[in-house]
Amino acid sequence: MKGQDQFRLKVGLAEMLKGGVIMDVMTPDQARIAEEAGAAAVMALERIPARIRREGGIARMSDPRLIKEIEAAVSIPVMAKCRIGHIAEAQILETLGVDFIDESEVLSPADDENHIWKHDFKVPFVCGCRDLGEALRRIGEGAAMIRTKGEAGTGDVIEAVRHMRTVQKGIKKLAALREDELMAESKQLGAPFEVVRQIARTGKLPVPNFAAGGIATPADASLMMQLGAESVFVGSGIFEVGLDEEPKKAREQQLLVAQAIVKAVANYNRPEILAAVSEGLPKPMRGVTMESIPEEQQLAKRGW
Amino acid sequence: MPAPRVGVLSLQGDFGCHQLSLGSLGVEVRRVTLPQDLDGVEALILPGGESTTMTRLLAATGLRAPLEAFVREQPVMGTCAGVILLGHGAQALPAPPFAVLDAIVERNAYGRQIDSFEADVEAPVVGGAFHGVFIRAPKIVSVGPGVEVVARRGPEAGGEVVGIRAGRIVGLCFHPELTSDLRFHRWFLTEVAGLRLPGPAPAAPAAERRAAEACEDPA
Repeated sequence: MKGQDQFRLKVGLAEMLKGGVIMDVMTPDQARIAEEAGAAAVMALERIPARIRREGGIARMSDPRLIKEIEAAVSIPVMAKCRIGHIAEAQILETLGVDFIDESEVLSPADDENHIWKHDFKVPFVCGCRDLGEALRRIGEGAAMIRTKGEAGTGDVIEAVRHMRTVQKGIKKLAALREDELMAESKQLGAPFEVVRQIARTGKLPVPNFAAGGIATPADASLMMQLGAESVFVGSGIFEVGLDEEPKKAREQQLLVAQAIVKAVANYNRPEILAAVSEGLPKPMRGVTMESIPEEQQLAKRGW
Repeated sequence: MPAPRVGVLSLQGDFGCHQLSLGSLGVEVRRVTLPQDLDGVEALILPGGESTTMTRLLAATGLRAPLEAFVREQPVMGTCAGVILLGHGAQALPAPPFAVLDAIVERNAYGRQIDSFEADVEAPVVGGAFHGVFIRAPKIVSVGPGVEVVARRGPEAGGEVVGIRAGRIVGLCFHPELTSDLRFHRWFLTEVAGLRLPGPAPAAPAAERRAAEACEDPA
């Protein structure tokens, strides 16, 4: 049983990432910007979600060469994404030594029923969720970290907020139920009974819960932390900044935004610091509102 | 007598797990993110996490100088990233570490996350075997003459040094805060820091437990 006894190490790394920012990067240089800004980890991918959204097509695991280059460029943990249910992509990423795999709805799903059985891997996994049932199914499959899905690549935080509140409400409800009500609730959530019982008993998820999807400003990051996120993923919010500028200027602007979001997460409950780090920042990514995205193009709907 | 006040540097990392461990020992726990949070703190813990992130945030929050003054005079225990901050770096950090432990510490010395491991360590100061959780762990490459070894791995790992102490300063490459075993925290507070523990804390109220972190609850 190689997987199960690794669980403490997997969740342990997730614990180490708490209070930090995990940034999507597409090049070794962006990874260095992220590290320089104080990111706790980077997510190596070929196209950040905003680009996937613009360009369309099938989004797959990144080229191993890119992942190796990014691993060589920074000393902080490197994560990478595989498609939902794509066991082979996950095996490749594990072989490449990535520190965390994100089985992600941002990429095109490879399986419309099953997610990866993550206990089989030595590398830890993070998975997205929109509600408690989805979170608990992923934990049952072996995810060592959960993140809200939000709606990636939009710069619109509304979905991340909705998903975080939904998960938190679900936890509170479980904690308030009587023991003889848990089986029915487990059925309703579509979640493994043992995990449901554990949460009812402890009042918290057994793995860290981070926020992702649409976080674009220091204030967005603080909002998610105040709603119960223990760290944030910032995807397009950094490297979609300064696209109209000269490369050098764009780099400076991206570094500024990245630094501001790192400071905002560490001081999320101190408005005076949030005000200071928000002042005079480059214009955030333009973004798209949730209502303008047709339902079939909403990434958060992927995952089962 | 009021419970001693113990700080946990809480800029980034698994400070919540240390808070749970300390809380179980009945001390008053203070999260330290700004200079004023150090007021009245009698001992401090530097948690695991990303040492580069912590170093940068220390500079950005104005906590660097007051924290440096604290670690030069008061009892401090660092785990994982914490021992990197306390020792001398084998590699460059964004800002130099505090260098109050005469030891060379190498970051991520075992490799990437798939090389993380659990192994019993021999720690006579806490009564013998202790379960060590090593996550992207640093290595203590060499120690100076005034440094006492407090934890070693077994003969299969060549008795590798994984815990050291120099006076009031303790550095561990592993994470006692990820287990329910409180012996290292207790030893640090009583034997190293000379604090009197008020005895086990009353069971935390449910709401507080709910806010607590996902790490293993101390028994």
